[in-house]
Amino acid sequence: MNSNYYISSFCSIKNNTISLNGSMVYSNENMEFLEFIKAAYKSLDTNYPKFFKMDGLSKLAILAAHVLFKNENINQDKDNDIAVVFSNKSSSIDTDRKHQKSIENKDDYYPSPAIFVYTLPNICIGEISIKYKLFSENSFFIFENFSAQHLLDYANSLLSAGKTEKVLCGWVELDGNQYEAYLYLVTKIGTILHSKENIIKFYNT
Amino acid sequence: MTEVYLSYNNIVSSLGFDSETVVSNIHNEISGLQLIDDKEMFFKSFCSSIINQKELNNSFTSIAVEGNFTRLEMMMITSLNSVIQDTKIPLTKNVGLIISTTKGNIDILDKNSKFLEERAYLGSLGKVIKDFFKFKNDAIVVSNACVSGVLAVTIAKRYITQGIYDNVFVVSGDIVTEFILSGFNSFQALSSEPCKPYSKNRTGINIGEVAASVLVTKNDTNLAKEAVAILGDGSCNDANHISGPSRTGEGLVRSVKLAQKEANISFDNIDYISAHGTGTPFNDEMEAIAINRLGLQNVPINSLKGYFGHTLGASGLLETIVGMHSLYNNTLYSSLGFEEIGVSQPINVITKTITKKLNIFLKTASGFGGSNMAVIFKKINMTSK
Amino acid sequence: MKTLKQELKENIIEQLNLEDLAIEDINDDDILFGDGLGLDSIDGLELIVMLDKNYGIKLTDPKEGRAIFESIEVMAKYISENRTK
Repeated sequence: MNSNYYISSFCSIKNNTISLNGSMVYSNENMEFLEFIKAAYKSLDTNYPKFFKMDGLSKLAILAAHVLFKNENINQDKDNDIAVVFSNKSSSIDTDRKHQKSIENKDDYYPSPAIFVYTLPNICIGEISIKYKLFSENSFFIFENFSAQHLLDYANSLLSAGKTEKVLCGWVELDGNQYEAYLYLVTKIGTILHSKENIIKFYNT
Repeated sequence: MTEVYLSYNNIVSSLGFDSETVVSNIHNEISGLQLIDDKEMFFKSFCSSIINQKELNNSFTSIAVEGNFTRLEMMMITSLNSVIQDTKIPLTKNVGLIISTTKGNIDILDKNSKFLEERAYLGSLGKVIKDFFKFKNDAIVVSNACVSGVLAVTIAKRYITQGIYDNVFVVSGDIVTEFILSGFNSFQALSSEPCKPYSKNRTGINIGEVAASVLVTKNDTNLAKEAVAILGDGSCNDANHISGPSRTGEGLVRSVKLAQKEANISFDNIDYISAHGTGTPFNDEMEAIAINRLGLQNVPINSLKGYFGHTLGASGLLETIVGMHSLYNNTLYSSLGFEEIGVSQPINVITKTITKKLNIFLKTASGFGGSNMAVIFKKINMTSK
Repeated sequence: MKTLKQELKENIIEQLNLEDLAIEDINDDDILFGDGLGLDSIDGLELIVMLDKNYGIKLTDPKEGRAIFESIEVMAKYISENRTK
């Protein structure tokens, strides 16, 4: 028996466009992913220098969270009880390849700790937790394709067990130049029902 | 609230291919760690627990006609097969499959690998395991750094409590690779000797490899003799740094408090703590601080990293299973590798195998990304040894 | 020594991804860690790799690194005395 929960807002980053609740907030065609995400960072007044130390996956995730949380007026100066449940297909493979490359040549063997630390998909959740003081639950799932059902079930289970006040759910995927981010915030009060249909509807928006 | 149990279990490791054998070796303080000098694997010698390939092949051929499986898949299939055989549960749509790993088949990224890169994707690992056993549901793959193993157990509990599954098989695994060794070496975190959790002269971690499996179920009939109930769990991020633990142990403290609140027990009821204890200066110090903040400094505590090294995505589940056997056997196992105490706050490290009546234990884990987990388990079989 | 300090500033900005900093923003005696440039433990480990890769100096104790990486001035002095590349 589940109470009703609601989707409070959602953010998408795909095809070189960032949208919030279906409306475009930034777009810049004809750029490769890294160039695009840095341009978006500057344009959206993100003001978080640690951004530049992050790998591609974390840059993507933190920018999407920035857009969504700014809209939600999340205060970075205090604890926020928001669990984070992310998922993707490729884990951290983009950064894994970089680390692998650094150990391929025995004559030029200088693996980088700053790259290695990002060879885990949940680090992007860690980055968001640091920025927004989320001393909360987090889990990173891997699926072959975006799975609204799993995110729905898992977010519901956290809320109904009283583990958290809100859940930030998402699909944050990066593999070479293929990238996609879709985050949405699930809350106890609202107007748009937290349902599989709505999750998918907004994913496709 | 539905009661959820951990039941039949298996460990595939350098200390044996079944839980009883592994626990027996731990009882006798036998370590699976060895000094490995293999320039193909890593440029300098390192201390690790590596599963014997011949033994793994032998074990695997009794389960499957040798197909095209990676080393990790062989480990995980061998382990999970044992549990599925023991439980005799038909794999219907009410049965889930959760896989936990940090890097999966990462050795496939090496240019000498005979497998195609697409096999390195964790979804492929999930599919291979699912198809091998013919599960009706897709595998749920969890990759959340070194808390993955014990997080997978709580995820299974959540799915069962939600009524999505009645039973969930959880299998965890990670392998020793140059990818991992080189990474931790760049962090100056690798010890060239067997690790010394909580000790004054600790110099870092050893990497080990293991596959571990367990059945998580709501059925209290036909439980394994060492079954435990999950009383409560808590998971709180440090919100501090992506690799270093919080100096005040904030996330771990909050996690344990949440677990205790859900378990509805007093801290006095905790008989034993199976901690993370990797052997790095910072992790072990953070844990000691957290344990003291919680008032748990007198509770017998160990780290099992001295037997297997740090088995990453499998460590949480491996160590939970040993904890189950610890409770059933009413035995506290030595925190192997421990020498003179080297943390700033007192903790009650178990220094040799001793018998003691045990009912409830706390498992903790921490990982990169600021993750922390705490789970409280209670023995079911009160007529245990 | 002047060229080495300049080189160090360039390397640090590049290696540590300090993209919103220019060479002119780093003074020779600015404290690099903590309140100064705000470098953290991973940056410290990266600098150890940089010492090895660019100057052939192998450090195995991160604590030793902290003393050497106090400022550009201190780093340059240490490197010019110990470099093998």
